[in-house]
Amino acid sequence: MITIENLNKLFDDKYVLDNINAEFKPGVANLVIGASGGGKSVLIKCMVGLLTPENGKILYGNQDFISLEYHKKQNLRREIGMLFQNTALFDSLTVQENIEFPLRMFSKFTPEERLDRVNFCLEKVQLVNVNNKYPAEISGGMKKRVGIARAIALEINYLFCDEPNSGLDPLTSRVIDKLLLGITQEFNITTVINSHDMKTVIDIGEHIIFMFKGQKWWEGSNHELSNARKENPELDAFFKASF
Amino acid sequence: MNLLSEIGRFTLFMKFVLRKPEKSKVFWTTTFREMYLIGIDSLLIVILIAFFTGAVTTIQTASQLLSPSDLFPTQLMPKFVIGAVVGTSSLLELAPTVTCLVLAGKIGANIASEIGNMKVSEQIDAYEVMGINSANFVTLPKIIAGIIMIPCLIIVANFLLLFGGYLACKMTSTLTSSDLIQGARLVFKPLYLKVMLTKSVIFAFIITSLSAFQGYYTTGGALEVGEAGTKAVTKICIFILFFDLVIAQLFLKS
Repeated sequence: MITIENLNKLFDDKYVLDNINAEFKPGVANLVIGASGGGKSVLIKCMVGLLTPENGKILYGNQDFISLEYHKKQNLRREIGMLFQNTALFDSLTVQENIEFPLRMFSKFTPEERLDRVNFCLEKVQLVNVNNKYPAEISGGMKKRVGIARAIALEINYLFCDEPNSGLDPLTSRVIDKLLLGITQEFNITTVINSHDMKTVIDIGEHIIFMFKGQKWWEGSNHELSNARKENPELDAFFKASF
Repeated sequence: MNLLSEIGRFTLFMKFVLRKPEKSKVFWTTTFREMYLIGIDSLLIVILIAFFTGAVTTIQTASQLLSPSDLFPTQLMPKFVIGAVVGTSSLLELAPTVTCLVLAGKIGANIASEIGNMKVSEQIDAYEVMGINSANFVTLPKIIAGIIMIPCLIIVANFLLLFGGYLACKMTSTLTSSDLIQGARLVFKPLYLKVMLTKSVIFAFIITSLSAFQGYYTTGGALEVGEAGTKAVTKICIFILFFDLVIAQLFLKS
């Protein structure tokens, strides 16, 4: 579980995260939604340590990520997988080498064991016969799947996805949603998905945080969305604009 | 102020670069690949530049020292002096400095744009999220490879400079090749070799570390990646020339 307490982040004296408190539970898809500039990407970047917040706590279990020593922080990061918006696959490596990379760095697997794990991860994301292809040779949807496979190559406890459906057609987006939910439930990991795809929100959003102007504006589940829209004009406007 | 902040950022960057690599096997595999890219891939340009520079330097030095002058009777000038001038300037300046200025354009721009591209496509962030010290992972193999391969290239360049001069002597009648060799051998001091190797190691560090630093802090897109390459080459050239002066002053002040 990840707990965020009183998190603040400033850019040029402007709050982009304003006193955020939240809890992300394992086994469910935790969605952070909101319009561009709402602070959702900054929140995820703070959570994985790519940005340093001004103050507040980010607790992984009971370890405060922000105040951890460098080496302990690096060790904790090995429990984190991330799917980047543009996948961030290593373009000089093949699909197999990309997925194998965290295993080569942090596991004591033999080459055969690594290959087994790569194939297992590829199977989880429903990809076959792409081991020797380079990222430039596969489609956008396939790149996202390879990104997910690389993120889960190590036995992670936390998965972050920054706009996993951006640039994908609606059908592929649904496939990616199902994959993410399936992996989250099967491995009981804490998954945080940053998205503004409302179809994703409705389909898999068991826990949703709506960010607006750097603040946590609303929190609930996909079942509570329709009622919340009546009481929350900003959420309603975001929802309407998405369709 | 801007310079001070750049120096500060570079120092902090190097603090992360100069750490123990995560996994030595992966580190050395990457380093050997970089050695190939920096060393073998640069060999042709180094050979061409050194050979022609050597030939031109010999012809021009001979032309200047042997042309009739009222101030200095040319018949009194022993011809091996030309060999001494060419040999010394090859060791002290042409091989290390000129070669490294050329390598700044080839290797420096390449490293800056490679790392800059990794930065803007979030590959550097991907390393960080995995718990890998990205500055160390992408930069240290290049620095080690540069420090090993660039001095080797400079030694090759030095031989080719003299070989270029030797062939120029063979092709022209102004100087015999034995004059060139005799002159170069006569003034050779082990100190010159030490200066050349010191320069080559320091310049190798400047080329690899500055270009990696420039690439690592790239933000934006394709345009900024291109700019990073240009800025890296400019800064490397300035620093090479500055340290060239410092090293000459330190080792050769009489």
